[in-house]
Amino acid sequence: MSERKIRLATCSLAGCFGCHMSFLDIDERLFDLLERVEFDRTPLTDIKHCGPCDVGIVEGGVCNAENVHVLREFRNRCKVLVAIGACAINGGIPAMRNNIDLWECFQEVYQYEGGLEGGQVPNDPELPLPFDKVHPVYEVVKVDYFLPGCPPSADAIWKFLSDLLAGREPKLDYGMLHYD
Amino acid sequence: MEPCEFPDIERRLAPVLEKHGRDASGLLQILRDVQDLLHFIPPEAVTCIAGRLGIPRTSVEGVAGFYAFLSLEPVGEYRVLFSDNITDNMLGNRELMQYFCNKLWVEPGKVSEDNLVSVDTTSCTGMCDQGPAALVNGWPLTSLDHNRLDLIAELIRIRKPVAEWPPMLFEVADNVRRKDALLGEAFEPGSALRATLARGIRETLAEVDKANLRGRGGAGFKTASKWTFCHAAIAGEDGSALCDIGGSPVRFIVCNADEGEPGTFKDRVLLTRYADLVFEGMTIGARVVGASKGFLYLRGEYRYLLQPLEAVLQRRRDAGLLGDGILDQADFSFDIEIHLGAGAYICGEESALIESLEGRRGRPRNRPPFPVTHGYRGRPTVVDNVETFAAAANIGLHGGAWFAAQGTSQSTGTKLLSISGDVSRPGIYEYPFGVTVEQILRDCGGEDAHAVQVSGPSGTLVSWQEFGRRIAFEDLSTAGAFMVFHRQREMFAAAHNFTHFFAHESCGFCTPCRVGTQLQKKIMDKIAGGHGTASDLEELKNLGHVLKTMSHCGLGGSAANPVLDTLKKFPGTFERKLKALAFEPAFDLDGALETAREITGRDDEWAHL
Repeated sequence: MSERKIRLATCSLAGCFGCHMSFLDIDERLFDLLERVEFDRTPLTDIKHCGPCDVGIVEGGVCNAENVHVLREFRNRCKVLVAIGACAINGGIPAMRNNIDLWECFQEVYQYEGGLEGGQVPNDPELPLPFDKVHPVYEVVKVDYFLPGCPPSADAIWKFLSDLLAGREPKLDYGMLHYD
Repeated sequence: MEPCEFPDIERRLAPVLEKHGRDASGLLQILRDVQDLLHFIPPEAVTCIAGRLGIPRTSVEGVAGFYAFLSLEPVGEYRVLFSDNITDNMLGNRELMQYFCNKLWVEPGKVSEDNLVSVDTTSCTGMCDQGPAALVNGWPLTSLDHNRLDLIAELIRIRKPVAEWPPMLFEVADNVRRKDALLGEAFEPGSALRATLARGIRETLAEVDKANLRGRGGAGFKTASKWTFCHAAIAGEDGSALCDIGGSPVRFIVCNADEGEPGTFKDRVLLTRYADLVFEGMTIGARVVGASKGFLYLRGEYRYLLQPLEAVLQRRRDAGLLGDGILDQADFSFDIEIHLGAGAYICGEESALIESLEGRRGRPRNRPPFPVTHGYRGRPTVVDNVETFAAAANIGLHGGAWFAAQGTSQSTGTKLLSISGDVSRPGIYEYPFGVTVEQILRDCGGEDAHAVQVSGPSGTLVSWQEFGRRIAFEDLSTAGAFMVFHRQREMFAAAHNFTHFFAHESCGFCTPCRVGTQLQKKIMDKIAGGHGTASDLEELKNLGHVLKTMSHCGLGGSAANPVLDTLKKFPGTFERKLKALAFEPAFDLDGALETAREITGRDDEWAHL
C-alpha cells in the first residue's frame, strides 16, 4: 500500500510570484515531488480555497484585508505554515510604500495620474481594502518556518521541501543563504 | 537648488577648523564644536569640513550620523534630552517630560515651530543617584521635578543663555557613601609617581602583577599582563617581539571614561574628586609600557567635567608631573589629551573607542589583533578603565602586597559600586571584593529589594533568592552598576527598557545585532501592548541565542541578557502579560483598515476584520 501523499498548498499575497517562479525552477525534480505530494490550492491547480493540508507556503506580505482572509484560511487548514521570500518575511518591496501616507498614495494613483476617467477613488466591496502599512506574515498569523531569499533559489526550495517531507528539521547551509 | 542658508560658513567655522588642524582624526571633535556653534551640522558645514580635511563628504556625514549628540537636521536652540534609564523611569521621567513638552508646546522628538526648543530622550546620563536627569545643550540637569521644569521652561522662553542659568540646576552631588582603601586615603599628587621611580619600572610592573590587579571595566583582564603585552609588542627584552610594525617606539595609554553602561556613575565621581589619582595611574602606566602620549576618552555626557579636568592636567604640568622630563627624569615625557565622546554606548568597547579617538564612527574592530599590539593608529595601546588606573596609582604608592591584602584570592582590592533605584541612600559605595549582595542592600537601605541588576543591562539580573552571591570576578563580575528594584516593581518594565537601549545603541555593523536588537525590541513592545503570546517567548529565546552566538562584539553578545535573565528568574512578569491564545497579531488589524475606509467611504463586511 502506498503512503498517503502529503497535501501542499501555496499562495501569493503582496508579492510578485517570483518565489513561485523559483519554485517551478526545481524543474524535473517536480516529478519527484509529485510522487510524494498532492497539490491543493496553488496557482498551478487554480483551486480557490484551501482544504485540510499538511504544508502551506505563503509568498508575499500582507497589504490588504483579503490577504488576511487568505492567510487565516491557510493557517487554519495547514499543519505547517511556511513564509517564503523577502516580502513574506519582512514586507519586502511592497512595504516601501510604508513611508508614504495612504491618502497620498490614493490621490497620486486615482486623482492626479492622467488617463483615468472621473478621478474617483474606487469603493466597490469586491476590491480588497488596503492596510495603511504592509506587514510581514508573522505579524498576522503564527509562522512555523521562514525560507529567506528574493527569491530563494530552486535548490534552497528543493532542499527545504526534501527535509520537510523526510520529517527532518529543514536546514539550509551557508551557500544557500548567501546572496551576493 | 535650495538657497544656501550659511553663505558665510567658511568664516564661521574658521576658528574651529584652525583649532583642530587638518588631521582627519580631529573630525569628531570638530563636529562637536560645530554642533555647539550652529545647533546642528548643516550640509554647507559638511562640505566645508570635508574639503578642509581632504576626506569625502560621506565620511563626514557617516560620523555625524553615528553619534547621538550630533545632528544633521536642525534641533532646537535649546535641546533638552531626558535621560531614559529604567531608574529615571522609576522616578517618573516620562510624565515629567510630557509635562515639560506641554508647557513649551512642543512634541517629544520634534522641534518647536519657532526652532527654539526640542525635547527628546537619551540613554542613561550617569546621574541615576540624583534623577530624573536630563541634558540641556550637553549640560547635565539633575533631580528634576515640576518646579525645576517650570523654571527651565521659563529660562528657555526668555532665551537666557544656558551659561547664565542658576548654577543650582546643574549641581551634581558626589554621594560618596562608603569609603575603603581607594577613596578613603588622602592622596598627595606625585607621591605614587615618586615611589614608582624610586622603586624602578620593572619592579613596579612586578608590584602590579603581585597585586593581581584586574580590569575594573567588568571584563577583569589582568592589568599587568596587558601592560606587559603592550611593552613587549615592539621590543621584547629577550629579543622576542609579538608584532613587527617597523620598530617604532610609539605606544599609547588610553583611559576609558566612556561610562555608558546604564546605572554606572563611579567614574564620574572618580574624575570629579580623584582625578589626580587617575592621571597618576595613567602616568605610571606610561612609564611602565613606554608611552609618551595618553588620552582620556570622556563620554559626551560628562563634558561639564572637561574644564575642571583640563585644570587638573595643567596643575600637574606645572608641578612637573606631566610634560617633558617628568620629575626631572630626562627620558620620561608623557602628556594627556582629553577627547570628548558624543553619545555612543558602543565607544566603551575598547576597539570602538580607538576608532572614535581616530575620528571615525565607533565601530568595533576585528580582534585579534588586540589593541595592546595594534591600537591607536595601529600602535600598541593600553586601554584601561578609570578605576583601574586609580587602583594602579595606589599600587604604585603602597605596593602589590598591600593591595592584595583586600578582596578575595582571584579578585583583589576593592570595587566601586554605583547604587541607584529603590534604595534610601543611593550613591557610591566602595567595598572589598567578596561582599555579598545582601550586605550591600543592608548598607544602602534596600531592604525591600526583590531584584538587583548588577553591572547594568549587559550584566546579570540577581533575584532575591540569590542575594547571598558575592561581588567578585569569580561570581558576580561587575563594572559597577547596581540598580535595585523593590517588590512592587514590574521586572518586565526593566527588561523592556533595556531592549530599547540596546536597539538604540547597536552600531549597525553586523546583522545579528542590528536586526536582532530591533526584533527583540518589537517583540517586547508587542508583549507590553497586550498582544504577546507563548510563541513570542519562544521567539525571544531563539533570538537571544542568535544574538549571543552570532554578534560581532560584546554589545550584541549581551543584548539579550536582560530578557533571558528575566524570563528565567521572573517568568511570571512575562506570563501575566500574555494572551491565553497560541498566537495574536502584532497590530490591530481592523484599526489598520480605518484610513482606507475613510478614503473610500466603505463600511461593508469586507471592509472590516
